[in-house]
Amino acid sequence: MSKGVVIKAENISKLYRLGQIGTGTLSHDLKRWWATTRGKEDPYLKIGVENDRTQKGISDYAWALKDISFQVERGDTLGIIGKNGAGKSTLLKILSRVTTPTQGSIKIRGRMASLLEVGTGFHPELTGRENIYMNGAILGMAKKEIKNKFDEIVAFAGVELYIDTPVKRYSSGMYVRLAFAVAAHLEPEILIVDEVLAVGDAEFQKKCLGKMGDVASHGRTIIFVSHNMQAVQSLCKSAIYLKEGRLADAGRTDKVINNYLSKEVRSCLVKKWDEEEAPDGHVIKLLVAEIIPELANDTDPITVNTNIKLKFEFISCTDSLINLSLLLYTSSGGCIFNVGTKSMMLKKGQRYISELEIPANLLNDDIYTVNLLFVKDTSVILFKMDDLLTFEVFDEQRTGNWYGKWLGAVRPQLNFTIKNSL
Amino acid sequence: MVDETTDNGSEKWDTYISSGRGYFDVNIKELWRYRDLLMMFVKKDIITVYKQTILGPIWFVIQPVLTTVMFVIVFGNIANIGTDGVPQILFYLGSITIWNYFSETLNITSKTFTDNASIFGKVYFPRLILPLSKVVSGLLKFLIQFSLFLVVWLYYLFIKKSIAPNIYVLLVPVLLATMAAISLGFGLFITSVTTKYRDLAFLISFGVQLLMYATPVIYPLSRIRHHRIWLWLNPLTSLFETFKYAFFGSGTFSLPWLFYSIGFTTVLLVLGIIIFNKVEKRFIDTV
Repeated sequence: MSKGVVIKAENISKLYRLGQIGTGTLSHDLKRWWATTRGKEDPYLKIGVENDRTQKGISDYAWALKDISFQVERGDTLGIIGKNGAGKSTLLKILSRVTTPTQGSIKIRGRMASLLEVGTGFHPELTGRENIYMNGAILGMAKKEIKNKFDEIVAFAGVELYIDTPVKRYSSGMYVRLAFAVAAHLEPEILIVDEVLAVGDAEFQKKCLGKMGDVASHGRTIIFVSHNMQAVQSLCKSAIYLKEGRLADAGRTDKVINNYLSKEVRSCLVKKWDEEEAPDGHVIKLLVAEIIPELANDTDPITVNTNIKLKFEFISCTDSLINLSLLLYTSSGGCIFNVGTKSMMLKKGQRYISELEIPANLLNDDIYTVNLLFVKDTSVILFKMDDLLTFEVFDEQRTGNWYGKWLGAVRPQLNFTIKNSL
Repeated sequence: MVDETTDNGSEKWDTYISSGRGYFDVNIKELWRYRDLLMMFVKKDIITVYKQTILGPIWFVIQPVLTTVMFVIVFGNIANIGTDGVPQILFYLGSITIWNYFSETLNITSKTFTDNASIFGKVYFPRLILPLSKVVSGLLKFLIQFSLFLVVWLYYLFIKKSIAPNIYVLLVPVLLATMAAISLGFGLFITSVTTKYRDLAFLISFGVQLLMYATPVIYPLSRIRHHRIWLWLNPLTSLFETFKYAFFGSGTFSLPWLFYSIGFTTVLLVLGIIIFNKVEKRFIDTV
């Protein structure tokens, strides 16, 4: 029945000890040793707490992963998503055999390679050529394989000219490109990729995503961990969602991502500070940041046809020429727009209000994050607030028979008509 | 951790990951598959030492030469310890060459886990490859230094005619293999027990220095008149004495003690590999 299954994980759990290792841990080790030599169960396996890092645990042990089971079929691409600390990296480490699970097992069919970082084993003193061989060998390639692909790797990285120069003289971009090029030319049956795509410039990221897409379409299996929902969405057929070390959801990617977004992202429509405790406080004292939707009832949700007003109140601490710049991000991390006010000469100690209106029928249904920048002389960033506010825009009650996700970054109502052509 | 397992007797899996800890599941086949990686590590060790130097590999021989000069002055002339009638330069150069191989291999393999935590934390390969590569690169370095010793030795043999080697010279490969195995076994053992509790790591670097004085390196065993048994119990003693006996014709050769050393080494190496295997699976959580 499971002929195509190449990875089968059953009840994987991983227990980590919290705190430092010192004389205190020795007694635990001795107790554990005493228990296991008598054939009893490890006494500390029972007392681990759940991996909720916001609360101070009562135990010295925590489960980074608890009872994770899943399977992956040949040719599938599986995305692993979850907040920071949900156990994604631990799961990857176990899959790539860097560490072992405390309980449970994984069975794997076929050759597997993992990319938890690019350029593992790169030595700065070695030349590009030597490092290609070094890195390839560490990733499990035979010398012959690397030799066959050598030219391809060098061309992909675009470092032909510097191939016999030590990599310590490379620019950081070249270094990363070379490192990724080696990894991209691995031909394992199963490839495990951590967020290596977070490196490099946009163009190179695109190239990497393309290369990974290629790999996937050649019938190889990929497991991919990322915060970039767009990348997961476009690469992965299925996904699993980890929350506090447990499997929160698994299945088709869009379903899992939606579930993830609705559970993990909370809107934050207003933030207020007293003058004394305003963030930064050196050049600008931000007092209020607020999203004011134009709604008939306060309890109504913001929908795609709600007018939204963003309001900021602040005190200037200097006399300078200031303008505000605002960036709006979607939940998958793409920037929808960046708008700026005109510059204005601000006076020290004076209170100011800045407002932005986002008209209805511009934003699509999604969760948006606001980043705010205070810029001096239109060039120097004085003060930057990331993830200042978060709000969700819901879909309207649609007319018609189609209820699928409305595509597009924005959702403007443009004049698009049909007429009789006489 | 990794083996060919059958699931329900019908399905074949290539890799099996679990918390299980078998005692002696060294996968020789897998080690062999990664032989290219071993050679790459060796190459890296050798190349990076003399990158951006003018003298290059010559630096490998300068260190034993200078140490020999120092030993001749301090131990040979000031302390006047004596060398059993062997020319001092030859005596010290030979001792230093083998001692360096032992101590450097031990020092580096005993830090396998802590030194390579960043690589081990990111990618899987049979961990044993790394200490093995250190043994091999140490051996290459040793061969360079040893050829210097051979040149000096030939000079004293044919031109000065002041030494009388014998047929036991043929034992050199055995001595060398034992030396490699003992430093590897010892190193594996130490690196495994120091990942979680590092106390022992403090002991080891100067412990090796102290060990040199408990081994007939700078003095011949014949100088020790009483309680010689304690020195013989040191498995390195018979290796050094056999080496000196073979090359110089002086020294104390004892076949039973040589067998003792080889036996000791075998046990140590097997123990070292077992404990290393046990630790490698989850050391990354505690290092």
